[in-house]
Amino acid sequence: MSNTAAAKAHSGKKSKKNSQLKEVWRRFRKNKSAMVGLIILILFALCAIFADLIVPYERGIDQDGSVRLQGPSAEHWFGTDAFGRDTFARVVHGSRVSLSIGFAAVGISLILGGFLGAAAGYYGGRADNIIMRIMDVFTCVPGILLALAIVAALGSSMTNLLIAVTISSIPGFVRLVRSSILTVVENDFIEAARSYGAKDFRIITKYILPNAIGPIIVQATMGIASMILSASGLSYMGMGIQPPRPEWGAMLSEAKDYMRTDPHLLLFPGFAILISALCFNLVGDGLRDALDPKLKD
Amino acid sequence: MSALLETKDLKKYFKVSNGYLHAVDGVNIAIDEGKTLGVVGESGCGKSTLGRAVLRLHEPTGGEVYYKGQNIMTYDKVRMRELRREMQIIFQDPYSSINPRMSVQEIIAEPIIINKMFKTRAEVFDRVAELMDTVGLAERLSGAYPHELDGGRRQRIGVARALSLNPKFIVCDEPVSALDVSIQAQILNLLMDLQDEFGLTYMFITHDLSVVKHISTEIAVMYLGMCIERAPSKELFKDPKHPYTKALLSAIPIPNIEMRNKKIEVIKGEVTSPVNPKPGCRFAPRCPNATEACTAQTPEFREISPGHYCACPFAQ
Amino acid sequence: MSEKLLEIHDLEVIYKTGLETVYAVNKINLSLEKGKTLGLVGETGAGKTTTALAILALLPERTAHVKGEIIFDGQDLLQLKEYELREIRGEKISMIFQDPMSSLNPILTVGSQISEALTLHNDQNRSKEEIEARVEEVLEMVGIPAFRKKDYPHQFSGGMKQRVVIAIALACEPELLIADEPTTALDVTIQAQVLAMMNELRERLQTSMIMITHDLGIVAQTCDDVAVMYAGEIIEYGSAADIFTGDKHHPYTVGLFGSIPNLEVDSPRLSPIEGLMPDPTDLPKGCKFSPRCPQCMDICREVPPADYVNGGHRICCHLYNKEGTK
Repeated sequence: MSNTAAAKAHSGKKSKKNSQLKEVWRRFRKNKSAMVGLIILILFALCAIFADLIVPYERGIDQDGSVRLQGPSAEHWFGTDAFGRDTFARVVHGSRVSLSIGFAAVGISLILGGFLGAAAGYYGGRADNIIMRIMDVFTCVPGILLALAIVAALGSSMTNLLIAVTISSIPGFVRLVRSSILTVVENDFIEAARSYGAKDFRIITKYILPNAIGPIIVQATMGIASMILSASGLSYMGMGIQPPRPEWGAMLSEAKDYMRTDPHLLLFPGFAILISALCFNLVGDGLRDALDPKLKD
Repeated sequence: MSALLETKDLKKYFKVSNGYLHAVDGVNIAIDEGKTLGVVGESGCGKSTLGRAVLRLHEPTGGEVYYKGQNIMTYDKVRMRELRREMQIIFQDPYSSINPRMSVQEIIAEPIIINKMFKTRAEVFDRVAELMDTVGLAERLSGAYPHELDGGRRQRIGVARALSLNPKFIVCDEPVSALDVSIQAQILNLLMDLQDEFGLTYMFITHDLSVVKHISTEIAVMYLGMCIERAPSKELFKDPKHPYTKALLSAIPIPNIEMRNKKIEVIKGEVTSPVNPKPGCRFAPRCPNATEACTAQTPEFREISPGHYCACPFAQ
Repeated sequence: MSEKLLEIHDLEVIYKTGLETVYAVNKINLSLEKGKTLGLVGETGAGKTTTALAILALLPERTAHVKGEIIFDGQDLLQLKEYELREIRGEKISMIFQDPMSSLNPILTVGSQISEALTLHNDQNRSKEEIEARVEEVLEMVGIPAFRKKDYPHQFSGGMKQRVVIAIALACEPELLIADEPTTALDVTIQAQVLAMMNELRERLQTSMIMITHDLGIVAQTCDDVAVMYAGEIIEYGSAADIFTGDKHHPYTVGLFGSIPNLEVDSPRLSPIEGLMPDPTDLPKGCKFSPRCPQCMDICREVPPADYVNGGHRICCHLYNKEGTK
């Protein structure tokens, strides 16, 4: 009897584990705006991944004086710019830069910020004090200014741009991770785990992180949007991606001189930034609701 | 008979911005094997801290805790972890005391897995099934998550988890306060049955005097970090000695309309702050018979009649 | 025969959300005489608080559907417009909530919170000085020295805060006071102080009161009439004497008494009610208590019981209906 009971219990556990993820997905699916956001983001991501198949990179780079400043047409969907480059190709290839900066910057600041925040929140005391005061110093300087200073000091390149936006966003993550962990640590189940002898590592990985991860995922998703925005902002100011490489912010910057005569140059990269940022925010919102077990249904 | 657990002058102070909060201040209690010591007191009297200090979940500031005659304050981390198998705790809040991301089965299995009680997973889950049966949780709930269950069932999970390591001694920290009366009675009956079945020793912390009388063999009354009276349960209710105990007992609303006009010894004022307390009897500011001597020195916790201790100089 | 201040006929409250329908209060009948105290007893989810909020028309309009009649002083509160209700709330009916910590505004002094209630319902055209005098008067009335009116809520302890809440509720001398678990958050000795004070004030001001509680001890000490609620229904109703000393009871009432440890008698075991409260979205067909009832009969599962009436004592149970019809 004992074996069958255990086996039954065992399988019950497995299916339940999956169903918890399924449950989150089921709730997320109900949120229409988040689903729209997710679908658009998937399209963007596909665009970035298969950019070369959609439109060759050269079309966005090679200059062609004969087709300067043309409006949208069957040949050039989004028109052409002052150098006769195809705007559609530039927007599509630009998404590679913008999205990868967004994901990479969030990924790095999540790892660093998560580590520092977890240490500050779980151990408290002196570790907490030192880490948080350093973060305070960072927060004193406005993020964009800090990023500007970093790029100005290191020179403008894709890597330096990444470093710049990452550093300026770390304090936010540290703060968030720390506070989520502090609220979880207050729960009696942490004390219960200590009372039956669980060690710190197990407490952090099995008790604290699963309960604190929700808001962090949400923040990370929304963080991608703000990373894209600040990377574009830096490029707009000429501190980011250098021409001729296409990047949405840099494209805006180039287009500003032709704003009155050829607004399409401004509109397409502008919409790309707007829509991707908006969609990340929508997905983040949807995730927050879906991850909250209290908002069941 | 020697006591299973005994404290000598146990102290726990917390540092706060303007000094030290004397949560537990020189408490002496003893619990015999297989018996239940009820610890009663109002909010902020340090009863929960006492429960945690005894288990060294809050490291005591001073004093000694003897378990089976050994001073566990001298134990290192490893020995303490071993000892924790024998000393468990059930928490007040059935909502925050269990991990919401784990299933019922996983929650109960955690202590067993951590302490490597069994080799195979099948054995672990057999044990879990057995425990769930013991505390009256249906087997079909094993895969359920805490938020799908009501307070009473969650508290049963807490009980099963505490039992999973075959403990001898369990601190029950207000285990029924968050529950409805009919569910409360179910859990109380369960705890008493388990005591009979496994010979458990309880330290039962509560603010509810009718519950404590029902379940305890002996009762300790706490006021502002100090144990002010300790006596066998029946005797304490029949013949309370300390003025605070008297007031506490007379303040219980009794569900009997004939008692409607009973004289309530309403004590004036409210509990004072346990931060940097002045010497002397802590109850003196509210006490109807306080004299100058009461505020001058801390009254001795003395044995008035066999087994009945009280910290009031006027008690006899 | 004294006058009825409040009469509730067939009150029904249903919460409808997108996915489910919660039957919170199911056709209850109540009445309260002037100067009397009615105890509303039951466990979590019995519909006590919903009933109270329905009287004050404070239920969320979008989700709560209220039917029936609530006659207060001759007018049906359910038919009144929002502005007419505002006249009644606070002035004629006021409510004390369970948690004194969250029912006071932390950034206003307690004095200004009391005077606000007075200024909002200033029928007697009191001048500013008169209002201030009244604030001091009510504070003294609940046992707080008048000079503390300039203090903020955080400077008061839990018991004192609840006194302030009571002072606000009583400031306009309401005809009906609804107290929703007024002492649950307090310690026993403080609870005794607050209850003693409420009893005394009630006698002096002749206020009628609805006392919502789960504590039968408090009911025994304060109430004239008692209504026991279960799953949105009043399953037993009568005078305190009927409930506490009468010989016929609803099985749920019996179970409720069996669940509390008796201080006067030594009993080795409690006799709790087995099982759980029914799901309010899916109530049992016949008697709502039938799945947990130790004396459940076949008829109980099918047919909702009618009231067995004996003078003022009503029991909603099939057990007694048989005898009653004999």
